[in-house]
Amino acid sequence: MAESVSRPEVEDLLYREAALLDEWRLEEWLELLTEDAAYYVPPNDHPKGDHHNTLFILADDIVRIRERVKRLMSPDCHAEYPHSRTRRLIGNVRIIGTDGDLVTVAANFICHRYRRYERIREYTGAYRYVLKREGTKLRIRERRVFIDAYELGSLGSLSFIL
Amino acid sequence: MPRSYIIDDPVRKRFLLDREALVSPAVLQEEMAKIFSKCWIYVGHSSELKQPNDFVTRKVAGRPVIFNRDARGEIHCFLNTCRHRGAIVCTEREGSRRSFRCVYHGWAYRNDGALGIVPGAEAYKGEFDTRELGLKSPARFESYRNFWFLNLDPDAVELRDYLGRAKDYIDLVLDQSPSGSMEIVTGTQEYDVAANWKLMVENSVDDYHLPSTHATWLNYMANSGVKIERPAEGRVLPTKGLAVDLGNGHFTTDNVNFRGRPVAAWIPIYGEDAKPEMEEIRGELVQRLGAERAKRVADTNRNLIIFPNLVINDGSSVTVRTFFPEAPANMHVTAWALGPVEESESARARRLDAFLTFYGPGGFATPDDVEALELVQQGLANWQEVRWTEMSRGMGREEEQLNSDEHHLRIFWRRWNQLMDSADG
Repeated sequence: MAESVSRPEVEDLLYREAALLDEWRLEEWLELLTEDAAYYVPPNDHPKGDHHNTLFILADDIVRIRERVKRLMSPDCHAEYPHSRTRRLIGNVRIIGTDGDLVTVAANFICHRYRRYERIREYTGAYRYVLKREGTKLRIRERRVFIDAYELGSLGSLSFIL
Repeated sequence: MPRSYIIDDPVRKRFLLDREALVSPAVLQEEMAKIFSKCWIYVGHSSELKQPNDFVTRKVAGRPVIFNRDARGEIHCFLNTCRHRGAIVCTEREGSRRSFRCVYHGWAYRNDGALGIVPGAEAYKGEFDTRELGLKSPARFESYRNFWFLNLDPDAVELRDYLGRAKDYIDLVLDQSPSGSMEIVTGTQEYDVAANWKLMVENSVDDYHLPSTHATWLNYMANSGVKIERPAEGRVLPTKGLAVDLGNGHFTTDNVNFRGRPVAAWIPIYGEDAKPEMEEIRGELVQRLGAERAKRVADTNRNLIIFPNLVINDGSSVTVRTFFPEAPANMHVTAWALGPVEESESARARRLDAFLTFYGPGGFATPDDVEALELVQQGLANWQEVRWTEMSRGMGREEEQLNSDEHHLRIFWRRWNQLMDSADG
């Protein structure tokens, strides 16, 4: 049976993750993930698609998540050097299901992004997390990002971790 | 006004481009008339319309269009505007519909374009004839092997003739499929780039930029076990390839593969368990095409440009990419993945995963291309003081032109300049 999980515990994890991502402490962020974690951004025209048969914006297993972090921390990652400044607000956090030691969580987000020359981009959407109870810790096994914009066009590259 | 934007000097072996071509609103206006209204422009692929009555809507050359199959299965392209007062008659992105009904006054068109219902038609007393008021199509609409193009010029040459030698390279891509049929995979990538559209043409085939722009992608490949030959001197491409002129402004790179191909060139990223199936795929290629052609399909990459704005990248995966200017310093890019119709579930998943290693707004390479193009565009604000872009690389080379030269970029610009320097349009 799953240990009971409270919403404050989930919120603590999500808020901590948001802070680490906003502060570009990406190695620390990796510690929040399970060893089999995945990160998905489905395409805006088929948000319910499966990445095995649908072209996603992004579909990383843990190996590629770690490679992505290496890339993002390199000064040769031109799209993120200098880094975007991001500020994300997370709300409407809901536990929507539990299955053994897994907990499915929904949340909404707004993420403001600033880069050089004052280009501003704003992302709104929903997160869908699968969290895993590992001893006393709650870790992220899957994070899926649904972007509300009808098209990603105006949002440009998704070169940072949303 | 017709004028030349290039200095093309075979004696001095110099090729210079006037940067005004990349920043000017007047140039964009002229391009819409002389290029986007005269050339064959990619609309979509038959496979996006699987069943009768299926439709998608999109903007092509600035025109909102409906790309659809009618009830009998025939493919059409309609300008998405009501013949009555002009409103868009199909507001959905995709779906299945037997008719398109304008929300404004209720005029309804069958999906073969014919005007059906006109509420209160008896009020028209003069020469009003619904048979003449169907949805309008672009002047020309033709296909080559399921790739559909429109042309706004009724006098344009046939699509097959326009494509010319580029057809050979389209055929080479489609040889990946045992039946010669590839399909667009579900899911669209879209991204705006704050840069002139012609910079994307250059970038799509410019192999000179790979080591510096895509250093992190090369690291990722190396970390995953791909053997990356570091350049011996300077910073140019690890492996040699060619730039091939295909006529009519079309061109392609033609490179020896080093980075893995979902069609039968395994790299460790695909996983050990992918090996048997990939050997089977290669076996089928050899059996069907012979050893030499199979090697062309499996072990060479190409980035093909159909002038002016269709790119087929046949590299880490196959992309179909098109882009349109929104403003002199802004373009909208749309990209799809293309795969053989008979591909297994596991091969399809591998193809899509390979796509994301490099391409798209979340890929390991495309965001840095976008960054490079946007940096170019920002620098071009100095165009009046620093007027000329240098594009002479490899000019006058005696032997074959390399992919890391700028030969193919010059092919594009010569054709572009020729069209812009004509009184036509």
